[in-house]
Amino acid sequence: MKRHDAIIVGGGHNGLTCAAYLARAGKKVLVLERRERIGGAAFSDEVFPGFRFSVFSYVVSLLRPEIIRELELARHGLQILPLESTLTPLANGDRLVQWSDHDQNRAELARHSPRDAEAYDEFGVLLHRMARAVKPLLRMAPPDPASLHPAELLDMLRVGRYFRELPQKDLHALWKLLTMSAADYLDEWFESEALKGTKSASGIIGTLLGPRSPGTAYVLLHHYMGELDGVFRAWGFAKGGNGSVSAAIAAAAQAHGVEIRTNASVSRIQVKSGRAASVVLENGDELVAGTIVSGADPRRTFLGLVREENLPEDFAAAIKRYKFRGASAKVNLALGELPRFTCLPEPGPHMRGAISISPSVDYLERAYDQAKYGEFSKRPYMDIVMPSMLDPSMAPPGKHVMSIFVQYAPYHLNGGWTDEKREAFGDTVVNTLAEYAPNLKSAILHRQVVTPADIERIVGLSEGNIFQGELSLQQMFFLRPAPAWARYRTPIHGLFQCGSGTHPGGGVMGASGRNAAMEILGVRA
Amino acid sequence: MLKTTPFHARTAPLCVSDAWRRWAGHVVASSYELTHEREYHVIRVAAGLLDVSPLYKYWVRGRDAARLLDLVVTRDVRKAAVGQVLYTPWCDHAGKVIDDGTIARLDEQSFRMTSAEPGLRWLQDNAVGLQVEITDVSDSTAALSLQGPMSWPILESMGAPPLKYFRLASATLHGIPVTISRTGYTGDLGFEIWVDAAQAIPLWDALIDAGRPFGVMPTGLLALDMARIEAGLMLIDVDYVPARKALIASQLSSPFELDLAWTVNLNKERFIGRAALAEEKARGPQWLFVGVEVDWNSLERLYAEWGLATRVPGAAWRMSVPIYARGEQVGYATSGAWSPLLKKYIALAHLRAQWAKPGTPLEMEITVEHRRKRAAITVVKKPFFDPPRKRA
Repeated sequence: MKRHDAIIVGGGHNGLTCAAYLARAGKKVLVLERRERIGGAAFSDEVFPGFRFSVFSYVVSLLRPEIIRELELARHGLQILPLESTLTPLANGDRLVQWSDHDQNRAELARHSPRDAEAYDEFGVLLHRMARAVKPLLRMAPPDPASLHPAELLDMLRVGRYFRELPQKDLHALWKLLTMSAADYLDEWFESEALKGTKSASGIIGTLLGPRSPGTAYVLLHHYMGELDGVFRAWGFAKGGNGSVSAAIAAAAQAHGVEIRTNASVSRIQVKSGRAASVVLENGDELVAGTIVSGADPRRTFLGLVREENLPEDFAAAIKRYKFRGASAKVNLALGELPRFTCLPEPGPHMRGAISISPSVDYLERAYDQAKYGEFSKRPYMDIVMPSMLDPSMAPPGKHVMSIFVQYAPYHLNGGWTDEKREAFGDTVVNTLAEYAPNLKSAILHRQVVTPADIERIVGLSEGNIFQGELSLQQMFFLRPAPAWARYRTPIHGLFQCGSGTHPGGGVMGASGRNAAMEILGVRA
Repeated sequence: MLKTTPFHARTAPLCVSDAWRRWAGHVVASSYELTHEREYHVIRVAAGLLDVSPLYKYWVRGRDAARLLDLVVTRDVRKAAVGQVLYTPWCDHAGKVIDDGTIARLDEQSFRMTSAEPGLRWLQDNAVGLQVEITDVSDSTAALSLQGPMSWPILESMGAPPLKYFRLASATLHGIPVTISRTGYTGDLGFEIWVDAAQAIPLWDALIDAGRPFGVMPTGLLALDMARIEAGLMLIDVDYVPARKALIASQLSSPFELDLAWTVNLNKERFIGRAALAEEKARGPQWLFVGVEVDWNSLERLYAEWGLATRVPGAAWRMSVPIYARGEQVGYATSGAWSPLLKKYIALAHLRAQWAKPGTPLEMEITVEHRRKRAAITVVKKPFFDPPRKRA
């Protein structure tokens, strides 16, 4: 039996990141991936001949810059192209575009509300400061304020000192962001419905909550922490799709000596006298390692691979309570021509950014209302990008790929997801978008619809939750995934977690993988 | 009055930023869009179309054309094959660089030379007694540079012949006679297309039409500046002072000091500056032109002292920035940029030779909140970015 220092279960981007950091510190690491290809939900595929898609996750920004630097991801092929604008088409044929150029942006906002145009900069400065205030937390295992463990006390002290240094008004603003709904928070700043709708959308992504649900203001901040080239709130697209992020991390890991095995499905993690002893594959192979790290989500890790009888009762109960409730779907379209949006029909720079179907807070809240009662939204929120506008290699010359992130598509759909429901949902998405871009239907060459049930089935994310568990406050920071077990450790000795189900959570961020590696190596952040 | 290029009728309406830069007495777009960001990325992911017409261009032909050029520049022009392009500096008699540019061998007795500064007089003065005709074709020849991974698919779709790195061929694009060279100033896969100025507009239109499905974009000089720094390519008047403009000796540079030793062919019996260069080679250069990388953590600490997020330049800078070793100034950087591609803060620098070895840790001045600070840097090999597709 070949012995490794560490075995990582799951070749998603966090598992690969964790593996790379462990190997970089000299450990002998093996990554086991159930599927035939690595990447988890950060995965690109030529779904239709000539058309490449980021099948699931589709943008980068939260990917921690220190990971890009330390693992030299640029050298390993990662190339990030900025998304420069957000276009919100409106039903009346008008639009709101948020541009990266300051003057252009101000003029456009002023068209809707001169007050908003002024407030926008101030809001940007505040969120910049908030993001900077929270950023150090992303790099560390979250200390539990209730813990008396010396290491945690020390960390708590550091966090405390850090927050004490924040000006009072920043602390107040932070508290508001942690407790308010995105809609209420934005109401304090802006009056334009289209702007509030589009901004509040960042607060609901990946979560079965509406813009008026408390706690969504924080998710808005979480998305603001994306950072590109030293600029917060900058979003990008990885050349080749998000599979390129995974590929670059995997290449870095392999350069440090990590062994990656695909088609290696783990059936269980063997626990012997409270210690993770080995990993058993579906083909019966048993692999031993001193450290076993699970990149799978908490439910799959503890209730699937480890099994309940090996866990303390309160911990098992906490994991069972941990909420997933996937609410997001993807529709990937291969297009024969560019869509012509009624509000801006000619091709132009707006096609290179995000296109957001979020005309108002009411629109989003109504979409949520249907999801609350187990239906998919009849007029859903959509975040659309056309990667082929940024990276022509994604589609044949002159043709395009369109990636549509959709909410809400609740995992717990009344009657469950079926093939008919999937297609009906796909029709709803296309019909809704065609209201803004009438040529869309005739431009579609192929369509792929990915429901939360598909995400669960294909990638293994429980209930199709894209963040490995909702980013809601009761399961964030020192509560993620379970009280007292937020520091990547588990009640089982030698078993660690490194997925998005741990602090700081979701998005193609890599922070969980890196932080877990640091915790395993005993390195203080 | 500033001159416009033969493409101006097309480039002017496209230049929504109204940001123009002077180049050899012409105006050329700094960026077409309001920000140069996308134009930079397009060079690395699709194809940027750049108006490079302001380059000085000379047509040198006649029995002694090769002899003249071979006498003037440091590389061996006589060995250049027909269809080959040479990048080369040229020096004064003291072996100091006057200018740098390219020499393309169009046929046995005919060459096109490009330069950044006017060079007609220098060529004429050295042609005394030679059978050679030198024509300034700067205004009558327009030039476009098509740079980026999609540049070849675009030209291929227009029926252009395949070309090796630093080779050139005649071709007809949409009925327009052109010469195409596989050259550029970006360190990427790229081509330069040379055309009679009268045909400039139809050529522009043809390239834009053919390029659209491949993501082509008109690209300005701000983007080019970032790309050329990534490629480790120096710029006259920015990274070095041409010998004719130098006021004091310390402003002069030899090819060795500019990291162009590979272009100095001392096997040639005779060329201008040979004796001085042979001597310098034996002695070893005093200065070297290198790449440096700013250490992120060091930079982050300087900003964190002020409670600020780390700031990096959004566009390339051109100024002289001191570089230190153990508190002593040992050189200066002349161009720098944050490379969004490499995710590194890089600069081109002149260092005293003993500090120029790759891996040497040094410090560079950084101004943070109006205070002069020093960030840790490391000497690295140039080019910073060198994709296989450049030569493939």
